Amino acid sequence: MSLLKIEGITKSFGAVSVLHGVDLTVGAGEVVGLVGDNGAGKSSLMKIVTGMYTADSGSVTMDGEDIVSNTPGERRAKGIEMIYQDLALAKQQDVASNIFLGREPTRSILGMQFVDGKKMRDEAQAMIDRLGARLPAINRPVGSFSGGQQQSVAIARALTFNPRIVIMDEPTAALAVREVQGVLDLIRQLKREGIGVILISHRLNDVLSVTDRIVVLHQGRAAANLVTAESDMTAVVSAIVGGGDVAEAAAHELSAGGD
Amino acid sequence: MTNTKTVSAHPRQGIWGRLQSASIERLHIRLESLIVLLILCVAMTALSPYFLSVSNMLNILLATSTIGVLAIAATYVLSSGGLDLSLGSVMGLSGVVGAAFAVNLGAPTPIAVIATVGAGALAGAVNGLIITRAFVPAFIVTLGMLGIARGLALVISDGRVIYGLPKAMVYLGQGRPLGIPMPVLIFLATAFIMHIVLAFTKFGRHTLSIGDSENAARTAGINVSRHRFLLYTLSGGLAGLAGLLFSSRINSGDPTAGLTYELTAITAAIIGGTNLFGGRGSILGTMVGALIMGVLQNGLNLLAVQSYYQQMAIGSVLIIAVFIDQWQLRKESRV
Repeated sequence: MSLLKIEGITKSFGAVSVLHGVDLTVGAGEVVGLVGDNGAGKSSLMKIVTGMYTADSGSVTMDGEDIVSNTPGERRAKGIEMIYQDLALAKQQDVASNIFLGREPTRSILGMQFVDGKKMRDEAQAMIDRLGARLPAINRPVGSFSGGQQQSVAIARALTFNPRIVIMDEPTAALAVREVQGVLDLIRQLKREGIGVILISHRLNDVLSVTDRIVVLHQGRAAANLVTAESDMTAVVSAIVGGGDVAEAAAHELSAGGD
Repeated sequence: MTNTKTVSAHPRQGIWGRLQSASIERLHIRLESLIVLLILCVAMTALSPYFLSVSNMLNILLATSTIGVLAIAATYVLSSGGLDLSLGSVMGLSGVVGAAFAVNLGAPTPIAVIATVGAGALAGAVNGLIITRAFVPAFIVTLGMLGIARGLALVISDGRVIYGLPKAMVYLGQGRPLGIPMPVLIFLATAFIMHIVLAFTKFGRHTLSIGDSENAARTAGINVSRHRFLLYTLSGGLAGLAGLLFSSRINSGDPTAGLTYELTAITAAIIGGTNLFGGRGSILGTMVGALIMGVLQNGLNLLAVQSYYQQMAIGSVLIIAVFIDQWQLRKESRV
């Protein structure tokens, strides 16, 4: 039973047609990789899912319910959460401030509403613990953290919305090799909790190691829908570049992974 | 330029480092500024027998009250990543508007007081509206308002000082309940409230977050342009309050009041630890900054240093404070 179902999405910007009838489904606890070259339409497709863009045609359903007419805020309330590549963190503020940014818990003192710092810190710590993420200290500015630790904070923030689908845009692109594993572990943790994950990434090794299925976009079409366990680097690379002899490119991708 | 917002990659080490961290985390005050204030006070005590007395301390606080209120406004705007160069002019305009209401129109004191603060808030709201709706940079808008407000103050007053405020209004500037000057009480009460708001309310936290990363704030669902509009309105309102303190103290609306005060106010905020580029700032820190400026001016007065040199001193302090800030950030990001 798929949780998020995207069918026949088309989208053009003026004369430029970006998506030509894309299908994609994500089930609860399923990790789906979304790969493709730059300009293949990955970002546009995800913005249609989060409601930033409106599709020209096609349907987006969540639990069988059509959400095309919903605003981004309403879709978030239905459990669709996106973590952007730049993470959108306030780097001089601490972990709790970032996790609760814009919806700080308050308590009333003499009829005035004050931010409940203790509650924020406790709940932020609980969320970090639930993720099993390692952070130096919860009361330090997140700008002092490594890229992977910042990614953990962004994921923890997404989790506080109780999402059912988390879309991650290039979560490992800017990370040191050692930290990539940590983020992939976080993705596996989301999967264990029954959350559906869409992973947009250029790092095919990461995609192959953590996903259940891989959807390859090529020139605005879903060129392939591969079951990861039955697939390999050659098949993915071939679908990305649109066929032909890709042995050399695939070998390069494999060696580029390094670890 | 990105290193302006770089945050130290490592917790601070050693006793000095831990003291620095504790000072910022517990008191919201930069340790360096506290030490500078202390050194200034010790030096002044040694240099002048008049410095360390209750009456002189009250003098310093009194002289600091106007600048202090402006510095609070500067702290809010700067820590949100904005800038308000019109503080001094708006303060002058507010004082003139209040005096015109009280003297020329014969309005009762409460109305005149509301008009004073309201004129400032209105000027600030115009700033905020143009910045957030017309997308003109804050630097340009508030620089323009610096000229407009000053010109308007001269037009309203016909270029003359409006003398003779009602007694109740003068009390706000010259009254001394329990021996403490009213402006000092109003300044301290304002600082207390504004500190609570900045440090412990959603409004304050959102202010810092917007200054830190506008994108993060917007993604988190904060209405950034509404918030910025409110901040500039608040800044103008505080400039109006400063105008009220000043005009009631000198018993007149002076169209040239507050000339170059924005320089001193922004300097006080920055030496108090406000980040010039947003994301960090506290009112307690700014209080220390304002006191440094106050003690410096008072000290130069006691030592009979010509007032021209005081302007130079303030300008130098501003540059040195930002230099130290940047130097530390660069040092930390190199570790």
